[in-house]
Amino acid sequence: MHGWTGKILKVDLTKQTTEVLRPERELYLKNIGGKGLAGELLFEHFCRDWDDPQMPLAFTTGPLNNTASPTSGRMTVMSRSPLTGAICDASVGGRMGTILKRAGYDGIVVTGKSENWCGLSISDEGVSFQKASHLSGLPVKDIHSRLCAEPGMEKGAHATIGEAAENGVGYAAIIFDGHYFAGRGGLGLVMAQKKLKFISVNGSGKTPVSDRDELRAAQEEIYRLVSASPMLTGDLGISNYGTGALYDLMRSRRMMPTRNFRQTVFEHASSMNAAAYKERYQTKKFGCAGCHILCKKKGAKGQVIPEFETMSHFSALVDNSDIDAVVEANRICNETGMDTISAGVAVATYAEITGEPITPQKLTQLLRDIASGQGEGAALAQGALAFAKAHGKPEVAMVSKGLEFPAYDPRGAHGMALAYATSTRGGCHLRAYPISHEILRKPVATDRFSLSGKARIIKISEDLNAMVDSLTACKFLFFAASLEEYARALNGVTGMQSTAQQLLQLGERIYYRERIMNARNGFSAVDDDIPPRFFTEGGSSSEAIKIPPLNREEFLQERAAYYHIRGLDNNGMPTPEKCEQLELPC
Amino acid sequence: MLKLLEKYNEKLIAHGLCAPGEPLVGGINDTVLWNRDDANCAELETIINGLNINSIICARPTEPFLSILNYHCQNCDGEFTPQDTETRTFLHSIPVARSLNAAEILPLLQKRKGCVVEGVGIISIGTVSPEQAFVVYSSIIFSAFVKFFVDHAYALHHGTPDPVAVQMLPHVLAAYDQFLPQALEVKLQAGPFSDEDAIIRAMIDAGQATVDARMVDSFFGNISYFHDEVVYISQTGSSMDELASCIDPCPLDNSACTGITASSELVAHRDIYLGGNNKAILHGHPKFSVIMSMLCFEEDCANRGQCHIKCSKQRMIADIPIIPGEVGTGPRGLSNTLPPAVQGRRGAIVFGHGVFTVGQQDFRDVFKSLAEIEGMCRERYLALVGG
Repeated sequence: MHGWTGKILKVDLTKQTTEVLRPERELYLKNIGGKGLAGELLFEHFCRDWDDPQMPLAFTTGPLNNTASPTSGRMTVMSRSPLTGAICDASVGGRMGTILKRAGYDGIVVTGKSENWCGLSISDEGVSFQKASHLSGLPVKDIHSRLCAEPGMEKGAHATIGEAAENGVGYAAIIFDGHYFAGRGGLGLVMAQKKLKFISVNGSGKTPVSDRDELRAAQEEIYRLVSASPMLTGDLGISNYGTGALYDLMRSRRMMPTRNFRQTVFEHASSMNAAAYKERYQTKKFGCAGCHILCKKKGAKGQVIPEFETMSHFSALVDNSDIDAVVEANRICNETGMDTISAGVAVATYAEITGEPITPQKLTQLLRDIASGQGEGAALAQGALAFAKAHGKPEVAMVSKGLEFPAYDPRGAHGMALAYATSTRGGCHLRAYPISHEILRKPVATDRFSLSGKARIIKISEDLNAMVDSLTACKFLFFAASLEEYARALNGVTGMQSTAQQLLQLGERIYYRERIMNARNGFSAVDDDIPPRFFTEGGSSSEAIKIPPLNREEFLQERAAYYHIRGLDNNGMPTPEKCEQLELPC
Repeated sequence: MLKLLEKYNEKLIAHGLCAPGEPLVGGINDTVLWNRDDANCAELETIINGLNINSIICARPTEPFLSILNYHCQNCDGEFTPQDTETRTFLHSIPVARSLNAAEILPLLQKRKGCVVEGVGIISIGTVSPEQAFVVYSSIIFSAFVKFFVDHAYALHHGTPDPVAVQMLPHVLAAYDQFLPQALEVKLQAGPFSDEDAIIRAMIDAGQATVDARMVDSFFGNISYFHDEVVYISQTGSSMDELASCIDPCPLDNSACTGITASSELVAHRDIYLGGNNKAILHGHPKFSVIMSMLCFEEDCANRGQCHIKCSKQRMIADIPIIPGEVGTGPRGLSNTLPPAVQGRRGAIVFGHGVFTVGQQDFRDVFKSLAEIEGMCRERYLALVGG
């Protein structure tokens, strides 16, 4: 096959055995890779509890990995979320996607549970199980350094979990190559439950490409569009400032979640923006394999500069105006391996419920306690909703399906309200990302203060992003390029004859399958919702920009329209007709 | 939704792209809505059902655009590929259907954002807003128009003019008279402007006037003003006739990233201001300027086919340089080629793309220069083809 290796490594940690699965080409054509392939591999297991040893943890690449296709170095990690019970997948950057393909695999499916901490080492020579107890309790960067020092793994890619996962944090992450997070929903905890401390991969294989000229033409088209994108490569774009470039925009649009979403403007924002980080830390850029945008930033002394969500949540959301404390909070999360979005919302929930101000010292102490499972941190480690419920105030947790909200207040971009509600993994901005058109004007601007017509847009965007994650491309690229150009890249690599709209249809199937998996685990319309605060309290209005509460009736009306468009029943459940149309079991 | 459909119906008419009552604009949420009833709605709904879209436009363009589209349809095998920047960057190619038949059109729209239906007009689609369909509709007209005149000039130069094109030319030119710039009648405020409100007001007025004068289609182009170390610039993808709330103030010291939504040409505008005494910049895509920029009769040029990025000649039309450069930044971006080209000049034409004009006071000079450059290019073209 061109593009795919045709091999998936199945690992049983209980028996410490491996086998190679060789899926039919048809399975690849229907799922492409990444998110689609992982969903296919997990589907039959999805009613298992997240901590059932037989519940798989899947790592999947796509056909574009290890080729010249732009931003194709990403991959997917998928399992069932310990935090939410819903489907949970993460598109993760770094080098693992590329290197795993070089080692000869389209993916790894991990099942079982090791008796002691173990690691998995994969190379051209084969697969071996490693002892890993000596890595327990170490900071992520030290684990990464040690893994890189292993013979034959100096140029390899490494995925690991940190202290937070070992200590049962519900939003523990898997960290790739020391910097790149499969952050949301607690995938790190799934890995910890299996007693799998790390995966190291090295390989030298090449990915066969069907038509190099076609791929080169697609690459040229994509690069041209990227160069034309102010958001990506413009003077103020993420290549220069990182994703933190969004910070000022959220402030100016009066939709920056502040003090646990009780306000939407943070008065200290202008001194804590991306420009402030650039000046204070003399940032330089780095990024994923195969990407020329390089959106990640590092300080002159090696400090990892927070991404947008982290910048926003560790400042505005928790009411912290100390920029150094944001960097330190980010460092703690990175070194212990936990999701900064969930951690930020958990701390903000704590602040609202206890009324205690979050000083810089309090912020960093709480994060250390969460990671180590000590003191007040032990309760916060199970997420904002569990903490708020324990205090009899579930409505204070800013979550959907139990997953904490990122740094976009839906009262400032109404499509975001519906997108949060319908997202299969919960309070996630990346499934539909209406910010793209409601705020960033891409592909064109829509009215950010209206829900009218948004149901279909959200549905199409979910399908699109399901396909982007299956192509293992970067979502940021789609501020500029589209499936039109990526279909050409895919065709060039694989020899397929796909079109943009055909890929969207595959995306629809991939996303609908996630709705089926969630439905089988009891999710319904009740879960497709956002907290009452957004319907009863306004944000921080000004003379020019009013941020009123969302209209509940309009929201429900548009959600009903979404169900109709998506082919779900009135309770948000899959229908036999739609399943049949998409060739999925109901 | 209906309001939005009506807005783009009116825009197509106001821009002269369609006759009143002609545009059929559809919007899709949980049901399909049309701006009016039409016999073609049923067939179009079959197309909609085969696509993941939220908007569609089907309309017959006015003359001379319809004749030009039909000409291309008759001279291509399934699609045609203009060489202007709009096609190169966004459209890639323009597919052609021979009839308004869903089975024929669906495969084309599964691949591209719009297509031409021979004898019928254009069908264009959007996934987020009817604005996308409107932009694609207008882009197809622009690119097809440019291709017709560029191809004809080259054919004449090579001594192989197409008799059909020769016969069409006078009619096409006559029909296009209504679209010629009317710049001299427009009155804009005198500058320089020294406060933000005045600057934004002046930019809104200049943007509207530029569209009204038909010097640019509404969404093509950008506009900026420089004052007190801040570049005020139109936002990316904003319509020049809808600039209210679509102007980003971008401080030169980059102390804020609020301007991340600013035009993709922000860097070029900024460097023009830093390299001279200019205060205003206007950028549009007047058609004959674009056409003339694409006509170079240099024999055996090593860069043939790469003119848009590699032209090494010093090409001029009167006092106006023609330069290579792609949209935005990047090593081949016009952000590198444009700022030096306009130093000490009133403007420049970017190959296959459009015109940038600069002024030291306000928008009166840049507006006038844009109209003059387009007028001059049209005259030169007519002289070239004996029109």
